[in-house]
Amino acid sequence: MTSERRGWRDHPLVQLTLVRYREFFREPEAVFWVFVFPVLLTAGLGIAFRNQAPVPTRVAVIERGEASRAVVEALGRSGDLLAQELPEAAATDALRTGKVAIAVAPREAGGIEYRFDDERPESRAARLLVDDALQRAAGRSDVVRVTERRVHEPGSRYVDFVVPGLLGMNLMGSGLWGLGFTIVDARRKKLLKRLIATPMSRTQFLASFVLSRLTLLIIEVGALVGFALLAFGVPVRGSLLSLLAICLLSALAFGALGLLLASRARTIEGVSGLMNLVMLPMWIFSGVFFSASRFPDALQPFIQALPLTAVNDALRASMLEGAGWARLAPELAIIAAWLAVSFTLAVRLFRWR
Amino acid sequence: MTGTAASSPPLFVRGLRKRYADVVAVDGLDLEIRAGECFGLLGPNGAGKTTTIEICEGLTEPDEGEVLVLGRRWGERDRELRSLLGISLQETQFSEKLTVGETVRLFRSFYRRGPTVEAVIATVQLQEKRGARVGQLSGGQRQRLALACALVGDPTLLFLDEPTTGLDPQSRRQLWELIERFKAAGRAILLTTHYMEEAERLCDRVAIVDHGRVIALGTPGELVASLSAEHVVEFALGQGARVDEGALRGVAGVAAAARRDGTWRVRVAELHRAVPALIAELHRQDVQLTELRTHSATLEDVFVELTGRQLRDE
Repeated sequence: MTSERRGWRDHPLVQLTLVRYREFFREPEAVFWVFVFPVLLTAGLGIAFRNQAPVPTRVAVIERGEASRAVVEALGRSGDLLAQELPEAAATDALRTGKVAIAVAPREAGGIEYRFDDERPESRAARLLVDDALQRAAGRSDVVRVTERRVHEPGSRYVDFVVPGLLGMNLMGSGLWGLGFTIVDARRKKLLKRLIATPMSRTQFLASFVLSRLTLLIIEVGALVGFALLAFGVPVRGSLLSLLAICLLSALAFGALGLLLASRARTIEGVSGLMNLVMLPMWIFSGVFFSASRFPDALQPFIQALPLTAVNDALRASMLEGAGWARLAPELAIIAAWLAVSFTLAVRLFRWR
Repeated sequence: MTGTAASSPPLFVRGLRKRYADVVAVDGLDLEIRAGECFGLLGPNGAGKTTTIEICEGLTEPDEGEVLVLGRRWGERDRELRSLLGISLQETQFSEKLTVGETVRLFRSFYRRGPTVEAVIATVQLQEKRGARVGQLSGGQRQRLALACALVGDPTLLFLDEPTTGLDPQSRRQLWELIERFKAAGRAILLTTHYMEEAERLCDRVAIVDHGRVIALGTPGELVASLSAEHVVEFALGQGARVDEGALRGVAGVAAAARRDGTWRVRVAELHRAVPALIAELHRQDVQLTELRTHSATLEDVFVELTGRQLRDE
């Protein structure tokens, strides 16, 4: 009843990798967070921040009989403005609550007063539009002839900005959780100890994580980028090869970081705390939802050194600007450094029992 | 098998010591298992059994002492040595999302030679559960799965750490039958347990371990015979009753008498002489008997005799 010759499916590395897949796909929550959630988030953000056709700016004109009616008529000739006569109190109210961008008060002595909040960009724009419309109506003519061409380029919208950020965030989350959680869970259940009591190669055990992460990565990246491309036309201007290379290196780096965080922890609570401690600053600083350049210059060296910042910058440069290898090199170097340092430390600190 | 494995004992341990931060777990322990023997380490929780077996399994480093497994030391060609051992740890939880078949196949893949996955599953009688997830198995079925994973490499030496702890009597008996069948195939086994029935039924020789040392060694029969009194009479008295202990020891045929938790335990050589004499003595002292039991002396009584404590403090 003994057997010696076996097929490739009975190679330990294949079996270990199959275990990784089974454990992942038999956990519906994990599948949701890794594959479905990023797509839903992209859909939500893409719809909420979609670019809308320009809406006319609302203007309140304070009732002054004939004078105010003339102002409303003059403003009505501009397609960009929607003017409405209001009593003084109601106009002040509308301005305060943001229902109108500016209030226009014709003076009895002739001339006009603009009331607006100069800290609101739309109010400043409204002032220029209103002034332009009224001056033209009063007979001003332009000295320079201008023509307009309106441009709506994919790549400059919010959804274009946020998709590479979500992709980076997802690579970080699945790398850290995928390794950290599984390893600590196996240590807690004494399964790690049981495994090293067999002739199993420890290298193959770790390699099974790398192999399974890399194949899942293709689905993960494909689902998110594919959805963003089809639903919102988010551009992928760089080569697919460079996009995949960035994702691959990032997945390895975050996997190594996950291994490092899991190298000693004995409880799920312990490793969860560590993960959140590591991920939270990156969610905020690394330019997932808004640009990292909004933070003060003093913080920039720290922010630029974070792995997720490098990943997001590289993904944006490749997808949105079609950057080549030379442009991506500094970011790739930062990611590779995180991979090397995390992996070296993890191997040194790792406890099997 | 290799020449060294055939000529040297399956397991040889001398002067083993292991200290953790604040406790000495193993304190100068010696063992030698003979070929084809099932050897039991019997002792209460915390006696150092698990530490000892995990040092033998190459999972824990000893502070001192010599360990030869199949004639080899840990630290040289470990993977080759591991392929000759079958190991069942205390409280391993296999991945709940895998099926029985997938788990056995995974473990089988680590060994170059051994029985087929189907054969191992049949050995531990889990054929019907082959496609079931580990999460749905009962405690006894999980222990049989652990045994299957220990057998996949056709081991020369099998380590079983508390294989039946926490199981119901029926599952325990089922597991004993499996271990007996493995024994019949002539392989050596090192087993730890705190169940004396288990040691008595399965083990050819038993080492009683307490505070990290072997305090008695022999076949279960020899150990019981060492008590020089083969039966134990246990009795309890009515509330407030007092007994003249000296007079009790003076009864003909009584080898020892001791009181613990309100119950007297008296060891005697011949029941048919000692019990009537004991009852007559209690009658003479005019104390009321509320309970009376007798049993043949067991390893448990040996342990009580040697340590003054019970194996299981329940």
